[in-house]
Amino acid sequence: MHKRHLIKLAIGASLSLPLFGTAAMAQETVKIGYIDPLSGGGASVGEGGLKTFQYLAEELNAKGGILGKKVEIVGLDNKTNPQESLIQAQKAIDSGVRYITQGNGSSVAGALTDFVTKYNDRNPGKEVLYFNYAAVDPVLTNDKCSFAHFRWDANSDIKMEALTNYMKGVPAIKKVYLINQDYSFGQSVRTQARAMLKAKRADVEIVGDELHPLLKITDFAPYVAKIKASGADSVITGNWGQDIALLLKAAADAGLKVSWFTYYAGGAGGPTAIKQTGLNHQVFQITEGFANLDHKTSMDFEKAFRAKVNLGLWYPRAVNEMRMFAAAAEKAKSLEPVKVAQALEDMKFEVFSGGEGFMRKDDHQFFQPIYISSFGDRTAKEPFDEENTGWGWKLAAKVETKDTILPTTCKMDRP
Amino acid sequence: MLELFVISTLNGILFGMLLFLMASGLTVIFSMLGVLNFAHASFYMLGAFFGFQISKWFGFWPALVIAPLLAGALGAMVERYGLRQVHKYGHVPELLFTFGLAFAIEEIVSIVWGKSPVDFRVPALLDFPAFTLFSTNYPAFKIFMLVISIIIFVGLLIALKKTRVGLIVQAALTHPHMVGHLGHNVGRIFMLVFGVGTALAAVAGVIAGPALVTQSNMAGLLGPILFVVVVVGGLGSLPGAFLASLLIGLVQTFAVSMNGSLAGAFGPLSPDLATTWLSDIWNVTIAQIAPIMPYVLLVLILIFRPMGLLGTRET
Repeated sequence: MHKRHLIKLAIGASLSLPLFGTAAMAQETVKIGYIDPLSGGGASVGEGGLKTFQYLAEELNAKGGILGKKVEIVGLDNKTNPQESLIQAQKAIDSGVRYITQGNGSSVAGALTDFVTKYNDRNPGKEVLYFNYAAVDPVLTNDKCSFAHFRWDANSDIKMEALTNYMKGVPAIKKVYLINQDYSFGQSVRTQARAMLKAKRADVEIVGDELHPLLKITDFAPYVAKIKASGADSVITGNWGQDIALLLKAAADAGLKVSWFTYYAGGAGGPTAIKQTGLNHQVFQITEGFANLDHKTSMDFEKAFRAKVNLGLWYPRAVNEMRMFAAAAEKAKSLEPVKVAQALEDMKFEVFSGGEGFMRKDDHQFFQPIYISSFGDRTAKEPFDEENTGWGWKLAAKVETKDTILPTTCKMDRP
Repeated sequence: MLELFVISTLNGILFGMLLFLMASGLTVIFSMLGVLNFAHASFYMLGAFFGFQISKWFGFWPALVIAPLLAGALGAMVERYGLRQVHKYGHVPELLFTFGLAFAIEEIVSIVWGKSPVDFRVPALLDFPAFTLFSTNYPAFKIFMLVISIIIFVGLLIALKKTRVGLIVQAALTHPHMVGHLGHNVGRIFMLVFGVGTALAAVAGVIAGPALVTQSNMAGLLGPILFVVVVVGGLGSLPGAFLASLLIGLVQTFAVSMNGSLAGAFGPLSPDLATTWLSDIWNVTIAQIAPIMPYVLLVLILIFRPMGLLGTRET
């Protein structure tokens, strides 16, 4: 009797101990799985993103964390590969992560949305949310939208709409060349650019339309030779990571003189290459904020961020994401993903760069003011330069939140 | 059009010569040891990273000399203390050894230098446009790359054809036992060839590093193409490797500059087929499939001329 009792106790203890262990761990921290490239062609942007999220986690922790819990960022390398991302996502979930965030590559984002949606169907009560801070393929908030997916970056259609609205007013643009990465996002950029330019500037001729492999090209010289031969005066590209930096570098080497309308020229390596091209205020980017935007709190943040991380802030949207996550959890008084998701829906928020944004309930797309800026000489109004080039971003145009709203075809299944 | 043609030719030859620097070592090593060295591209990467590190300490020019010597010494050691030990177990273990080595080198490089690209700059002395051709600048550094590759090619040719060492190496390629019986130390020749081969790959790394991207996946990006070059040229044939390198360099560069597609040649697809899978094939341009062209070439060569362009044996 005595012996049996002991055995029972031992079994009971061995079963309950690990449970106590994980429960205690879960109470202490909110883990966010950061699944992005930390090696290969996307590493330069992936590492910058990781540092940004870690900085933001520290910022939240300094104020006592979220609902008293410390925020921890778990960095997971997906090599910009959808399959690898799913393995990393599963690994993250197994280690107690309920929130994952990812941004680089809409191919990855598509796979992750699918995965998280299916996981949530199969594991009611253990839902996982996916915060997308940069994958902008419109399909993610249209045909393939999901209750578990939230996007803080303006989608590609919104960006192209704004970009072409700006180009409409520049009469010097006559011949446009499109060069994009050969996957869902790049294809959507080219299709939209064609359609919107045709509608807004029928006189503009599209002299080239190129798709190249994603993050595999190490020398863009052959592509630049082709752009040159086409006689283009402007290039539109959605390239990101090393694909934009190397493209600009090859353009600099060849002395290609065109205007660049880009989504991501400000990414790692981009500014250095633009400086080499010598194209003063002829390279444009479209973002939800930039260092020299005349807005006090974001400039203060930028200063502190640069001092600590030694990088310019490239993801104002990550700031919005983390702060809204905290606000939603506090509003829901819970860190249960489903409750947080419901709190996020239709949430209004004063964004990092100033102005009001909101998370549309219909498709989980965040709408916010966006800015077109150009890179070049600075005046006293532009205190920040990039990558020690001496040049900085300057405001070219602002698009208000209300002008960024596009309809959606999303029909969402809700829990 | 002429402008595009001339610039593409230049770019193609340059890429081809870079490939040749690596393929030459690989193909000679293959014919001597009978082993396809999977780690060969890793020495190219090591060359780039050594070059980066040394040029940070002492400048680019010392790096151009020291980095290949270092990588070559490492290569020789790999042959002497690695491959030769594994040799007695047969070819498969040797192959596996080089395969594992490639992974090990990649991991070590990413531990030491990190996984993101390092800032390997073109030396200031060569950072200017060499000439302007129809209003396109051609960077001086690329001309420098071209000159270095040609010098090495000519040097290699003379060393192999005109010197005593070259004669012994050539003999050892085809009749290793006979060379051994004649009193030459075949083991040492193997080590030497392996060292020189890896050093050549490292030279390619040092000069390609600043022009392309120096990061821990660069071996993986170039490795497969290297095997294509060796197979297309003919296993063990140096002139074959030269020809194949130039061919692949030019094919890849020119493919990028072409816009032709089936739709362009035969007109657009009929509307009722436009949404099917056929439309993808119909509308894809030659430029889009440029990266797979070398592999198409590989398959064609293996079907129609398995010994390669200038190869002599069917292996």
